[in-house]
Amino acid sequence: MAIPTVMGTEIEFGIMVKNDPDFDPISSCVLIVNAYREDPDGEILWDYDQENPLADARGFQVEGEKYTPNQQENIARNKTLINGARYYVDHAHPEYASPEVTNARDLVIHEKAGERVIEISRREANQLLPPGAQMLIYKNNSDRKGNSYGCHENYLMDRRTSFKRIVEPLLPFFATRQIWCGAGKVGSENRNHPCNYQLSQRADFFETEVALDTMVKRPIVNTRDEPHADREKYRRLHVIVGDSNMSEYTIYLRNGVTALILSMIEDGAITKDLSLRDPVKAIREVSHDLTLAHELTMDDGTSRTALQIQQDFYEMMLAYASSRSLDPIQKDVIQKWGEVLEALARDPMELDTRIDWVMKKRLIESYMDRKDLLWDASQVQMLDLQYHDSRPDKGLYYLLERQGKAERIVTDEEIARAVYNPPRDTRAYFRGECLRRYPREVFGVNWDSISFGLGDDSVKRIMMAEPLKGTSEVVEELLDRSGTAAELLENMT
Amino acid sequence: MANFITIDRIRRSRDGSSGDAANDLPLYMAAGEQKQKQKGGGEGGGEGGDSEGGQKMAEKGEDLKEEMDNLLDEIDTVLEENAEEFVKNYVQRGGE
Repeated sequence: MAIPTVMGTEIEFGIMVKNDPDFDPISSCVLIVNAYREDPDGEILWDYDQENPLADARGFQVEGEKYTPNQQENIARNKTLINGARYYVDHAHPEYASPEVTNARDLVIHEKAGERVIEISRREANQLLPPGAQMLIYKNNSDRKGNSYGCHENYLMDRRTSFKRIVEPLLPFFATRQIWCGAGKVGSENRNHPCNYQLSQRADFFETEVALDTMVKRPIVNTRDEPHADREKYRRLHVIVGDSNMSEYTIYLRNGVTALILSMIEDGAITKDLSLRDPVKAIREVSHDLTLAHELTMDDGTSRTALQIQQDFYEMMLAYASSRSLDPIQKDVIQKWGEVLEALARDPMELDTRIDWVMKKRLIESYMDRKDLLWDASQVQMLDLQYHDSRPDKGLYYLLERQGKAERIVTDEEIARAVYNPPRDTRAYFRGECLRRYPREVFGVNWDSISFGLGDDSVKRIMMAEPLKGTSEVVEELLDRSGTAAELLENMT
Repeated sequence: MANFITIDRIRRSRDGSSGDAANDLPLYMAAGEQKQKQKGGGEGGGEGGDSEGGQKMAEKGEDLKEEMDNLLDEIDTVLEENAEEFVKNYVQRGGE
């Protein structure tokens, strides 16, 4: 029996400062992250003690230096928010890691709340810049000059499912799912064939099938084995192959369908071998083929299109769904995915209000028509970039939304609420509520722990190895009768 | 000073209420309202009586064209000027 879904996303944003000749990305990242101060005097550490990004899911430890910043740097680079998210500086990008959620709808709400956190802090940061300078933020994955930054999905999985069993179906699934969840990109990079437009922001950057790296020689399946939970029971699948999507509909399917595929893997419900001869070659070919007609070579020598492979997965999912009781959101995900696959088979442009790469293509082509532009025009590249602009009045995705040309999954009210409130049904609730209720006493936080400084030089760490404990149902009453962190600790023992 | 106003607002939301992100970003809300308004107008146009299918299609085509024209007009007002220099200057370090 598959374990219940627990997932989240980590989004790295592009950052630039207009009209600032001295622009430095790292100090700009520190500026924007610190411009978002839920508690101006808060000094809460990110707890690196338990982290081990060099553990490999194939069962070994990779050599390398573990990053542990000093205390001042730690506080300057890390914010844990009362909605349970982590907002921080990662290399030269601001990054937002959503709190853990249990379903695709909440995933959309919290990923979108992250866009608002970014926008709130961008505005605050701008107040601190010299006159005329303006910070701009983009939720995309490439600068079109060969530099890429990620949108990582995380899914909790059952440790008993062997990594090999996970990898085999995921290689063809990930190489082809971009036909319905690519964010679209003008041109190509990283020494790939030139093209006008392609389905994915990221496909040009994948160079190997399975590996631990995320920054060089990027793999389709990443092997980081850092569950942020009880490692005897769980693994966390760290998916780095996806694009940063703007469309709620696309985000909903990206995480909703992938989570179901992973449940199917755990339940042994992938009954058909869809292995590709060369997944790395395939992921680029699929991205560059706007007709969706390109035939990929399967491992057994036959040929299938990306759409046929996705339809095969869909058929297996229908069979899976008929043999168990799924919740209403899972059922809705399957229905919407089926509709999208049907539309892709008829005419992908039917999806110009639902799927990012189609929405962006429609917008760019309409503009090219009116202005008599070719694909290499700088305005076309600008449209691609500005589709991902975080400003609600300038971002072209938000313009589509405003004009009723982007189908919604959630409401503005739900997103606004998630900026300041954690999901109630995962341990993110306990994390967020402790930060809200006892900000002065929280000493350090990590996904699976929270520690309190109690004024007598002692620090007590509470471990949260179970992502589905610490929910409002379990801890709300406990929190309500604990006026201070000291009382909370007392009441817990 | 504006900096501190928002900090104060965020702190007040610590009482557990839903916060007022909507007030921080009025444009998101305006977006929803405008969408509803547009939808209402569109439906009115579509139910314009017993006209023949062909004419309906033509009207729908006209509506779509007008919608697209509105969209493109608005893109013109928001698209960054000096696109060539702008995209040239957009350089990121690799991440992850």
